[in-house]
Amino acid sequence: MLYFTKLRIIFICLISLFFILLTFSNLFNFNNELFKKKINLGLDLQGGSYLLLEIDNSPVIEQKLQNLTITIKNYFKEKNIRIKNINLTDQKLSFSVDEQFKQIILDEFTDENSTLNPYYQRFKSHQLDIIEKNNLFNVSYSKQGIIELKTSSQDQALEIVRRRIDEIGTNEPNILKRGNDRILVELPGLDDPMRIKSLLGKTANLTFRFVTNSSEDSFGSEKLKYENSSEEAMVSKRIILSGDNLLDSQPRMNNETNETVVSFTLDRTGAKRFGKATSTGIGKQLAIVLDGKIISAPVIRDTIASGSGQISGGFTFQSATDLALLLRSGALPAPLNIIEERTVGPDLGQDSINAGIIALMIGFSLVILFIFIKYKVFGLITNVALIINLFILIGVLTLFEATLTLPGIAGIILTVGMAVDANVLIFERIKEELRNEKNNLIAFDSGYTKSRTAILDANITTLLAAIILFFMGSGPIKGFSLTLGVGIFTTLFSVYFIARLLTVLYISKNKEKEGLI
Amino acid sequence: MIAFNRYYNKFNILSISLVTISLFFLIFKGLNFGIDFKGGTLIELRSNESKINTSSLRDSLNQMNLGDVSVKNFGNETDFLIKFENNDNKNVIEEIKVKLDKSFGNNFNFRRVENVGPKVSAELLKSGIIAISVALLLMLFYIWIRFEWQFSLGAILALFHDVIVTLGLFSLLGLEINLSIIAAVLTIVGYSMNDTVVIFDRVRENLKKYSDIKIFELTNISINETLSRTLITSITTLLALLSIFFFGGEILKGFSLAMIFGVVFGTYSSIYIANTILVRLNVTQRTILKEDN
Repeated sequence: MLYFTKLRIIFICLISLFFILLTFSNLFNFNNELFKKKINLGLDLQGGSYLLLEIDNSPVIEQKLQNLTITIKNYFKEKNIRIKNINLTDQKLSFSVDEQFKQIILDEFTDENSTLNPYYQRFKSHQLDIIEKNNLFNVSYSKQGIIELKTSSQDQALEIVRRRIDEIGTNEPNILKRGNDRILVELPGLDDPMRIKSLLGKTANLTFRFVTNSSEDSFGSEKLKYENSSEEAMVSKRIILSGDNLLDSQPRMNNETNETVVSFTLDRTGAKRFGKATSTGIGKQLAIVLDGKIISAPVIRDTIASGSGQISGGFTFQSATDLALLLRSGALPAPLNIIEERTVGPDLGQDSINAGIIALMIGFSLVILFIFIKYKVFGLITNVALIINLFILIGVLTLFEATLTLPGIAGIILTVGMAVDANVLIFERIKEELRNEKNNLIAFDSGYTKSRTAILDANITTLLAAIILFFMGSGPIKGFSLTLGVGIFTTLFSVYFIARLLTVLYISKNKEKEGLI
Repeated sequence: MIAFNRYYNKFNILSISLVTISLFFLIFKGLNFGIDFKGGTLIELRSNESKINTSSLRDSLNQMNLGDVSVKNFGNETDFLIKFENNDNKNVIEEIKVKLDKSFGNNFNFRRVENVGPKVSAELLKSGIIAISVALLLMLFYIWIRFEWQFSLGAILALFHDVIVTLGLFSLLGLEINLSIIAAVLTIVGYSMNDTVVIFDRVRENLKKYSDIKIFELTNISINETLSRTLITSITTLLALLSIFFFGGEILKGFSLAMIFGVVFGTYSSIYIANTILVRLNVTQRTILKEDN
């Protein structure tokens, strides 16, 4: 245990030097690709907002089942089977048929090649489950069907969320999927997420529909409220145009009315449809509906063939800007709910950094002082190893551009406190060996050898705890487990290479000296 | 040599009573869960007007129909921590800003806002409990492959003791349990195990060395031989933790306090629980030699 080859010594020095340089690359700007790396500061240290969004898929499921009723009706109509008592409640579609058709229905729903099961070829599983009970069929999404639906709405929602956040232009947002119905948004440096929250809280489903005053509309109609008043109007369910047909939208000042409006440009199909609707519907009211509320319902005076128009609705400049942004970035497939929010202001972040650094320096000094008083020369050796250990730890975090959080700093301080354990185990063992062994070299050698299992055990137990925390913990806590876990490896390196090397150098010059430790 | 073994019985009784009292508190008083595990909203405010105090803030917020609002000073006189339970109002934070501006003028800096929904808090609690359980199981598994079952039992009882008593103390003092406390408990599990394993290592070594010394004496010898290491490591760890407690800021206070308790209990339990189990199970040289053959 006490012999080092020259090559090994050089190797140890190079590794230490490399990580020390990496540590300093956090403070200075080196003109080098590798040493440009810096530790990322977590949201709790640099300030920022963490939002966890959950996609509410139930309206999507309802909508899809609603569409399915028409498909089923038509499908079996061709086979001369009449579907009766159709009812949609609780994400379940129920219907009944005449007794003699029951088996056909079940066969069609389970047939892998039936057009009712377009999913089967792709996923080798049914999208829908069907159960028959008391002559009543219950159709609902199967497990696989729900998963597929959730993943696809998550993909779409992620894209829309990213577009909306990019439009606002915050720096380096982090937008990630979580599970199959959640989206995690991290916004560094943002101390008031109010605007983003309100933008993400809107589905932005825009439709243009005629106002009808009778129930004779063949598509059906519904009563909708106005956005800015308690008035209501009957609006046809027939959609003339939707947000999908929009190419661009911008907030504008209307020079004639001196009002803020949102102008929009339509794509080719949209422009064609808009032109047709405005030419046949002169004199009628065209309702502009956003998320189930009427923004405004102007009377059509002229045919608009240019494929562009304006929406007015008593906007302020801010609300017009936001609406234009929402329309540009597209509608969400389903509503989003913010189920977790954590926001830290930049000055609290800075206070936390300062407190963390002060605690680190004080804790470090106390440990160093204590160890020096306790072990003198060997205390000095331990302390040198401890300082290098700290540099290597920060260097490793820098190399991987890891995220440092406030609990992460606590992990570093704790590592400093626990790192001396291995050296203490070794030195105490050497002391014991020296009681029966006069030869310093032999005593030191067996001290190192005999303490090895205890040191390994001790570090493995801490490492296990850190690993569990890393996989189970979230955000800041992950930062703690990271520094604690990496700290174990750097500690073992500093104890077995640096402290041991220094110890060897010292005792080889003091072989004969008694009471060395 | 200190005769630790003279007090084995007394300290066993003490430990059993501590665990019983802790369980009593945990069952009847329960833990003070923070918003991480209970759901709700937390706001950290700093005012730049010294006249504003907790009661005037509370009065102002109570007019808002937020339910049960708790307002406390946080670290110093001008920092406040406001907490209330889940609220369906999505704009509640904006409304509080408006309300406080109206009552006190624009004198506040919202330093931290946390809002945890009921679904997320239930999940966090579940994953916290799973994390601690998995940690205990992994430790059990590790010690089981490293040592004989008598040692495993001793180490695991020591771990349960540390976790239960630390949580019991948190219950007694009404300190808040949040995510960082889970991290602290897991680290305590690692630390306590570490301490126990070092002493056990020595017990096993001594069992091989001396066949004629009874386990009652042998554990005492092993404790004494490793005592200076046990103390030095506890002291340096406590020095680090105390500096986090006093200088690391308000946010880390609960975490470092839990760790300080844990390190003290962990050191105590390695000596007075883990070893006494070996004595009570009458471990002999044959216990460890059986496995080697």
